[in-house]
This record gives sequence, C-alpha cells and structure tokens, in this order.
Amino acid sequence: MIEVRNLYKNFGRLEVLKGINNKVEKGEVVVIIGPSGSGKSTFLRCLNLLEEPTRGEVYIEGKNLMDPRTDVNKLRQDVGMVFQHFNLFPHKNVIENITLAPIKVRGESPQQARERAMQLLNRVGLADKADSFPSQLSGGQKQRVAIARALAMNPKIMLFDEPTSALDPEMIKEVLDVMKDLAREGMTMVVVTHEMGFAREVGDRVIFMDEGRILEEGTPEDIYNRPQNPRTKDFLSKIL
Amino acid sequence: MNLDFSIIKPYFNIFLLGAFVTVKITALAVLMGIVIGLFVGMGKLSRFWFIRMLCSTYVEVIRGTPLLVQIFIFYFGLPQILGVNIPEYPAAVMALGINSGGYVAEIIRGGILAVEKGQMEAARSLGMSHSQAMRYIILPQAFKKMIPPLGNEFVTLLKNSSLATTIGFSELTRAGQIVAANTYKPFEPYITVAAFYLVMTIGFSRLLGILERRLAVSD
Repeated sequence: MIEVRNLYKNFGRLEVLKGINNKVEKGEVVVIIGPSGSGKSTFLRCLNLLEEPTRGEVYIEGKNLMDPRTDVNKLRQDVGMVFQHFNLFPHKNVIENITLAPIKVRGESPQQARERAMQLLNRVGLADKADSFPSQLSGGQKQRVAIARALAMNPKIMLFDEPTSALDPEMIKEVLDVMKDLAREGMTMVVVTHEMGFAREVGDRVIFMDEGRILEEGTPEDIYNRPQNPRTKDFLSKIL
Repeated sequence: MNLDFSIIKPYFNIFLLGAFVTVKITALAVLMGIVIGLFVGMGKLSRFWFIRMLCSTYVEVIRGTPLLVQIFIFYFGLPQILGVNIPEYPAAVMALGINSGGYVAEIIRGGILAVEKGQMEAARSLGMSHSQAMRYIILPQAFKKMIPPLGNEFVTLLKNSSLATTIGFSELTRAGQIVAANTYKPFEPYITVAAFYLVMTIGFSRLLGILERRLAVSD
C-alpha cells in the first residue's frame, strides 16, 4: 500500500530524514514514536507530499509520488490526513467543512455530499453539531470533525499527525475511540502518537524514530516490553 | 475675532458637490487599487522570482516616492511622452489608484500570510489544487483580516485625494479655495472643508465597524 525507499529530507542544511525504508501493508495500523525533532512528523508529511522529499522514493499503491507525471491532487484524495491542530476551516460550519472537498474536488452533488457528511457525523457522534462553527466546538469535537472531513473523500489510507497532542486530557479518549473504530474496520493507518494504549489495542507495528532514522520496529508488545535499542529504552523510560 | 460662518451658506452646494466628487474619485481609485493590489500582492508571493521582483519593485517605487510627485508625473509628465494631454479627472483617478495599488498590495500580501499555514495544508491534503485552496479557503479568511487595513487605506486615500487640487481638479478642497477667494475669508471655508472630511472619515469608519462585526460571526 505504501512503500518508502531511501527517503531523505533536508530543510536547508539540516538533514531531517536520513534514509527511511519502510512498507505499510493494506489494513495495517502503524504507530510512529520518537522524541521531538526525530523526523516522525516530517516522514508522515512526505507520504502525501505536504513536504517534498529531497531524495528517495515514495510509492502509494504502486504510484511513485516523486514522478512528475503523478497527479498529486488526485493521489491526495486517497490519503486522508488529520493534524495536531485540527486545521478546520473557521469560516465554514461543520457540514461545509466536510462537504467542501467532495463537492469541489470530486464533483459530488451538494445533497449527496451532505448525506454522506451526516453519516460520517453520526459515526463520530456529532450529528447535532452539523450547523455549528468550529469556534463553537471543544478540541475533541474539532478533531472528530477533522477525521470526518478526511473520511468524506473515501481515502484508502489515513495519516494522523499527533492527533491528541493538543487536546485536554478528558477529550483524548473520544478521539482515540473514533480512531480505534476506524482501525478495526480495516483502514490502513499511519499514526504519529505517544498514546500507548492506542498502539497496544489496535496497532500492528510500532516504529521508533530518532534523528531522522528508524532505529527499531516491531509489535507493540516487543517495543514497549522488550525494547532492544538503548535509545528506544531511554525514550520509553522517559515517557512511561 | 470676526468669524462669520453665515458666509458659507450661499456656497453650501459647492462644498456638497466637492464632497461628492471627492468620494467618487476616492471610490474609483480604491477600486483600481484593489484590482492592482490583488495581482501585485499575490505576485509578491509568486513561485517565480521574476514576478516577485517586478511586484516588489512596483511597491517600493510607489511607497518610496511622494504622491504629489506621482500626480505631477501623471498630469504634467506623461503628456510629454505620450503626446496627448490627460484631463485632470482621469489623471487624478489613475495617479491615486496606482498609488493605492502599492499599499493595497502589501495589505493583501499581509492578509494572505496571516492565514495559518495549516489551512493551506488541510485544503491540499483533501486533494484541492493550489488555486482551489486559495479561492475557497485562504482568500475568504484573508479578506476578513484585510478589512480593517483596507478601511484605513480608504480613509487615507480620501484625505490624499485633496492633492488633486494641485492639478486644478475640482473636488472638496478646491471648493474651499474657490470660496476663500470669493469671500476673501479663508478661515471659515477651510474649516468647513475640514468638517466635511471629518464627517466622511468618521462616517466611513462607523460603517466599517458594522461590517467587521457582521463578518466576525463565525469567530
């Protein structure tokens, strides 16, 4: 589903990713952990070309993202993304946030898009907020709307960039529950998060990154209970 | 002290007409400034260095030279190059509009840059093209942020339009000159002119405040 070969990313002279190789299978839920500045968010953002890799190859369903002939806008429709700070459109209400891209990008009719949006809002438990504006929602509600917005494009892959890091503690669960449901339904997910409960419950694989490299990967059991790399041990001892 | 504002009364229509003309050329110039500013402001954010340079130069030249000199170049200078006279009215509107364009460009650029980076990323991550994201997500939000500075620009331009008097264009300040010359009393006519400007600028600021509050609903 996703294949990354020898991925490098520089910001000016700063090398943020130093040769990432990985594969994510269809239906797999991969959790990426690592200290801040380790390049985990940059790696995630390379998967839908929000960051342009400096070198290397990224394949989504066999299509090379770096090939100039690849239609990036088309490809991004298949790769949904959820951001740490939600990035809802503040000038649009909830239903418009969800229906805008399906209508403008995929050419769905407004009724069709609206019906689908209502289904999605039901699914994330926010059907009663359809006409609210983002500023009227709590952090957890905003993030659930953001997930619904990404799902409205029927993506095959969902990327989550620290989706619960900006939330008050009591709102983390409602977002994680939605993500767990999604994982159980078979969505292919790549999640940057330190929520160990989430990783243990639905994660298939945990990747530990530090200084732009993947240092260790394995099942959540292995990584959390029997980390091999000293840096992984050190990191886990600080966050657990 | 022998102030006598009753001398204004017979000339009241001249002031009124002058004020109307002032508002008219200001509105036209602002409109022109917004069109120019939209292109130049977005041009300053272009991917292509040549367009960026061109637009930056425009803004630098406009903001770095006096408006009065710009008006003179338009009215007195251009006919020498073009071989045809430009009447006061279009010369005043064009000089003011082109001047305003330089300032509006910065307002528009600032407005676009003030929209959070995550908005563009969210829009692009949903598959929108750059121009779709601009149109549906960035510009509507940027526009809201531009309203207060655009309002200030309108007020500044309304006052600056008095410089058109120097090329003999008949607007509000010119009305004051005429009345002062006719009555041999400069104080009352110019106070009247100032009062007219003040009423217009305050009135406009109020209108703007209402508009801002309306648009703030979703915040």
